Amino acid sequence: MSDISRRHFVKLLGASGATSLLSLTGCASQPTQSTSTTAATTPAATPSPAPAVVPRAAPKVVIIGGGFGGATCAKYLRVYDSSIEVTLIEPNATYTTCPGSNWVIGGMRKMEDLAQNYNALRSKHGVNVVQDRVTSINADKRTVTLSGGRVLPYDKLVVSPGIDFRWNAIEGYDEAASQLIPHAWKAGAQTTLLIKQLQAMPDGGKFIMSTPPMPFRCPPGPPERVSMVAHYLKTNKPRSKILVLDSKENFSKQDLFVDAWNQLYPGMIEYVPLSRDGKVVRLDPKTRTLYTEQGTAHKGDVINIVPAQRAGDIAIASGLAKDGWCPVDHQTFESTMVPNVHVIGDSSSAGPIPKSGHMANNIGKMAAASIASAFRGGKRPPSSLVNTCYSLVAPDYGISIAAVYRLDEKGQIAGVKGAGGVSPKDAASVFRVQEARFAQGWWSSIVDDTFA
Amino acid sequence: MQYKSLNKSLGMGALCLAALASWGAVAQAQEITRGAIIATTCYTCHGTKGNSPGAIPSINDISPDRMKRTLMEFRDGTRASTVMGRHASGYTDDEIAEVAQFFGNLQKQGK
Repeated sequence: MSDISRRHFVKLLGASGATSLLSLTGCASQPTQSTSTTAATTPAATPSPAPAVVPRAAPKVVIIGGGFGGATCAKYLRVYDSSIEVTLIEPNATYTTCPGSNWVIGGMRKMEDLAQNYNALRSKHGVNVVQDRVTSINADKRTVTLSGGRVLPYDKLVVSPGIDFRWNAIEGYDEAASQLIPHAWKAGAQTTLLIKQLQAMPDGGKFIMSTPPMPFRCPPGPPERVSMVAHYLKTNKPRSKILVLDSKENFSKQDLFVDAWNQLYPGMIEYVPLSRDGKVVRLDPKTRTLYTEQGTAHKGDVINIVPAQRAGDIAIASGLAKDGWCPVDHQTFESTMVPNVHVIGDSSSAGPIPKSGHMANNIGKMAAASIASAFRGGKRPPSSLVNTCYSLVAPDYGISIAAVYRLDEKGQIAGVKGAGGVSPKDAASVFRVQEARFAQGWWSSIVDDTFA
Repeated sequence: MQYKSLNKSLGMGALCLAALASWGAVAQAQEITRGAIIATTCYTCHGTKGNSPGAIPSINDISPDRMKRTLMEFRDGTRASTVMGRHASGYTDDEIAEVAQFFGNLQKQGK
């Protein structure tokens, strides 16, 4: 050890999280030479035996929300450094994946297939999973308060609450109305409600979907849902029709979806963009009628409103959001508004990246890497982020959109030029079949990577 | 530098390490390289550590040379793919080499 400088030695010990332990035992400070000259009464300085070692408190991370962002972050914090104590707070006992819920609507899966538990996070990764809800964050004291009154301290907090809805952005569409007219943009009871309504719809009925302005969770989600409803209707109620009322001018993978719809569901689907009066401004839930900006009335047998969205309630209530979404550092995902709080997943806003489960999983890993490195007093290499959104237009017809991101010279996330893009336009049907298989493989992999 | 006191502080450092080892509390901490950062983004589709549970192929049993070659072939289009061409285009030669090496190291560590 003699050729290691003291500073380097301390740095090595710092890498194993032991530096403050050193300071407790007096190792961190340079012992001073005795300057006394009365040798008889003042013994030469000798190292005292190390006092009883008191373990320093392990660094604590609290994570709010156990979806693709929060659960991934919890797992990867423990993978990167098992000295970190991780507590994950999630109100639901199981997590029903929203990705794949359209496939249940299409009759390809069952709702229970989507349910994820927290057993592996607890037993394999040592995450303390608490089934509860956070009611407030005290950023000065670095604590969170749970609904039962329990107060948990943190060194770093990760907020990953997903989305909540801008109720009454469409007049008449509030939370109560969603029990009659589902959004099914959080999977579970809402999805089941929509499925029941579709099952009760007579042949020849009309399914209307109203879609929101950007940004929102899962841009290709609405046309995938349209596709899965079309598949269900074609099989069971072939005289039925689908109307899509969009508050935007176009949608993700539009050319691919429209080509496929023309092949698979000719004459069934009508899409109305913003410029052709697609924007819905009012709902009458009693008559199941939607009214557009120009006053056109559309009555449906089954209506699915995907409302305008914003960051999760706890993020908004805790002063983490600006204009409804949470601005963050693009490398660490630390909030630019509240220190020591990281916001990840759908609630965060970081340049061009979309809101998706895939993105939340990646961001969870980047935040975990930053936090683990910060606890060791260092930084980590620049982020890499990837998104892949698979959509099933039919059980054997899959399409995808990919993107690769890195940080630019200003530390901002930017798409890598020449990378990413959508599936090819005129691909052979074997290509579509393969992507349909990979779509389902993607679901299996991300669920495993996040929860297992 | 005061040589004698350096020896003393190193001596106390050795005592500290021994003390740490004796209650077995040295934490498991991974080094986070650029290769590791990129590799974790591969896991989302290919499974954690490249061990896939579903239809997307596993990538945890490919030699670094073969992985490097394959990614470059996806990138320049000489190898057909559904989506990998669009992903591999996102990385430089160095990054491809780093991530291939990272997966190779995982295999060596028996993970």
